[in-house]
Amino acid sequence: MTVMSKNPAAAPAVQSGGKGAISIRNVTKIYDPGGVNVVAVDNCSLEIAPGEICMIVGPSGCGKTTLLNAIAGFHSITSGTIHLDGELLCGPDKPKAEQGADRIVVFQNGALFPWKTIRDNVAYGPIVQGRLSPVEARGKADHMLAEAGLHDVGDKYPGEVSSGMARRAEIVRALINDPRVLLLDEPYRAMDALTKSIMHEALLEMYDRTKVTIFFITHDLEESIFLGDRVVVMTTRPAQVKKIVDVRIPRPRNYKVLSSNEFRVLFAEAKDAVHEEAIKAFEAGERELA
Amino acid sequence: MSGDGTSSVAIQRGGGAPARPRAPTGIAYFQYVLNKKLRSPTPYLMALGIGGWILIYWLFSEVWNLPRFEKMPGPVAVISDWFSRKPFQGTSIFTETYYVHIWVSVRRIMIAFAIATAIGVPLGLIMGWSRRFKDYAFPILETLRPIPILAWVPLAILMFKGLETPVIFLATLASLFVTVLNTMLGVESIDEAYFRAAGCLGSKPRQVFWHVVIPGSLPFIFTGLQISMGVAWFSLVAAEMVSGDYGLGYLILSSYVNSVTVPMVIGMLTLGFVGWITSALVRMAGNQMMQWRTRALALEGR
Amino acid sequence: MAVASPSRSTFGGFRSSLGGALTNPTFWRGIVALIGFALFWELCSRSKQMFGVQVPWIGMVPPPSDVLGAWAKVVTEPGYWQSWYLSLNRVLAGFIAAQIVGIPFGLALAVNRYFRDIFFPPFEILRPIPPLAWVPASLIFWPTNEMSIAFVTFLGAFFTVVINVLGGARTINVQYLRAAQSMGASQWDLFWKIILPGTMPSIFTGAAVGMGITWEVVVAAEMISGGGTRKGGGLGFFIWNSYMGGSLEQIVVGMISIGIAGYLCSSAIRYLGFAAMPWRRLF
Repeated sequence: MTVMSKNPAAAPAVQSGGKGAISIRNVTKIYDPGGVNVVAVDNCSLEIAPGEICMIVGPSGCGKTTLLNAIAGFHSITSGTIHLDGELLCGPDKPKAEQGADRIVVFQNGALFPWKTIRDNVAYGPIVQGRLSPVEARGKADHMLAEAGLHDVGDKYPGEVSSGMARRAEIVRALINDPRVLLLDEPYRAMDALTKSIMHEALLEMYDRTKVTIFFITHDLEESIFLGDRVVVMTTRPAQVKKIVDVRIPRPRNYKVLSSNEFRVLFAEAKDAVHEEAIKAFEAGERELA
Repeated sequence: MSGDGTSSVAIQRGGGAPARPRAPTGIAYFQYVLNKKLRSPTPYLMALGIGGWILIYWLFSEVWNLPRFEKMPGPVAVISDWFSRKPFQGTSIFTETYYVHIWVSVRRIMIAFAIATAIGVPLGLIMGWSRRFKDYAFPILETLRPIPILAWVPLAILMFKGLETPVIFLATLASLFVTVLNTMLGVESIDEAYFRAAGCLGSKPRQVFWHVVIPGSLPFIFTGLQISMGVAWFSLVAAEMVSGDYGLGYLILSSYVNSVTVPMVIGMLTLGFVGWITSALVRMAGNQMMQWRTRALALEGR
Repeated sequence: MAVASPSRSTFGGFRSSLGGALTNPTFWRGIVALIGFALFWELCSRSKQMFGVQVPWIGMVPPPSDVLGAWAKVVTEPGYWQSWYLSLNRVLAGFIAAQIVGIPFGLALAVNRYFRDIFFPPFEILRPIPPLAWVPASLIFWPTNEMSIAFVTFLGAFFTVVINVLGGARTINVQYLRAAQSMGASQWDLFWKIILPGTMPSIFTGAAVGMGITWEVVVAAEMISGGGTRKGGGLGFFIWNSYMGGSLEQIVVGMISIGIAGYLCSSAIRYLGFAAMPWRRLF
């Protein structure tokens, strides 16, 4: 809240990249289900630097996903602007952004098409965009799957592999399009802690290769500090930026970071902010909005 | 998830997945299943169940001649006639008319089912895909649907000339409602996330239709097609009874009228068997077209 | 599922859904579609006398205005209402019998393995035989026509009811059963408190489908068998009689009447389901 007025949640100078800067300015979103106005996001501002991993943390149903939906172009916003690399995504005259392969979402419950093999899933983007021929796209898909450590799964259907494998394949499906931003909506929510930590290492490894900007929604604090360059704590609905925690742990990181002193200090700092909002949200006791 | 142990091994970069023991396939798999089944009491109880019912029916109708049962053809009478070269009541697997009846019914079903599927699936897809089209088409469909198919009989006879067309029309109409409705529900059942994912990856609407709407609604479409096959037989039999010259429905009713009860029962059992085969064919076609689903279900042991 | 109303009270829900309907494009498009359909039908039917061109198929059907006229005449005759009464009677008799026999049978199949092994195979062998194929056999077996119709009607709904109950009972989450057992529930409690309510949604699905089949069967049975006797009547016979008498308008009147009757019966089941399962009203 305090950072908002002058230098709205200024982006830190993050390493190279050069593309994928998101700037969210004074965004408000009001839902209107059945005549009752619900303010999901209230005058929220945030700058995300190119190549940054920006972790968004907040209580359930606080409007994190609303923000993601606005960037991805699934929903309109009521007021404010969102820019990507200086181009206007959505604003006063254009409430809803166009969907495009420069901003790819990885969904909460996974959205690999169950009726396509994993190879065809990964090759899907380049084929429908007409960038590659089907043969080239499938070749590239195989290559990228192998690079991500997913051998021999190309011929399988998503229903035949573990959820962890499927989730990694889904990230490969996003990265093959060379997006400017990767939008992850609690992708590891339903996983057990051990699988999750493997997922984290795999994601960081992919990030180190591509340096793509990542907008990552979660309510797992440990995850957010381990992965992120910054942790943005949101208030309960209506969502605003409550606190930004800079994570200056050097990369590449591995699981040993989790037991470092630095990590513990950051965790405590973020936890205070999150806990306060979680109590407010819990006492409001409302059902989550989708 | 059962694969956790192996997936953590496969995750070692560059290590490559270890060779897993292959699940038995083909005949070996069949043998395995058969062996497992024979060791449980189920198949014996099933045989006991079916045999017991036939025995009771035999005792009631042919041995003790209980009142009301005495007029019914008993299992011995039915089976001896069914497989006899010289059937007492004129219908057996050696008489030509038996196959003519079967063929006429099957042909009508195939035509009706093909027409209903060719119209119903695209119509249902469009209704599920376009909100506006559904708003206009759905109320008309819902107004006509509660009218039982048999109530259409006189109208069908008036609208179409001849004997064949009305019968096929009735079976088609019954199938059509079911197919359209299930296809539409199928499109509506597709998780919104798939549409969003397709949009993110840069699909145009036409591509969303081909790559998401059609495959995503296939499970519902095939459930619908199986039901549609059932109602097609239902209506066909009724239509053949009311107005027909051939077909299994006609065989059943005409046998009754001519007071030959054995062909009547033969007709009923044949009808059940042929109906079962046709819906099994639809199910097989579905499994073939939805490998992704079949394989995932097989992993869960279903 | 149906109409999501923010307030839980029935009246408030009704009012808001009515208000919603009047501003909802879906509602108005539906009205436009139905009026357009009626106009199209009218035009096709009258095209011969208006333009001298016979539209194929639909041109043979009497126009809706004539049907309404015939209907207005028919509603004053007690015979028409007698047909309603007779058909409705048969439907309810067959339907209720199917529920009374089918629900316990389906539950027994679901909970007892030996019962299932013995009774399910013959059931599965008989199930693919369309209900109408049973009509002649039933006429032979039962002493009166009325009993034969009742039996075939019962059969039509019975198979659907059993399959739905069985499927529903077998998909109950095992954890509910374990939770109840861990709290000390007896077998009796398990059945009444877990299995029966857990199967309830499937029972009502089965009932809705079964009701549709029952109407199909009753109409068919009335046409095939009941047609002979004057007193046998019913809406199916009403249609058949109009056909024999050459009154095209009355055929359509009969069809629409059966449609309305069937729709009313299905609505009644939906309402009962709504009333019996308060925990499913959240949406």
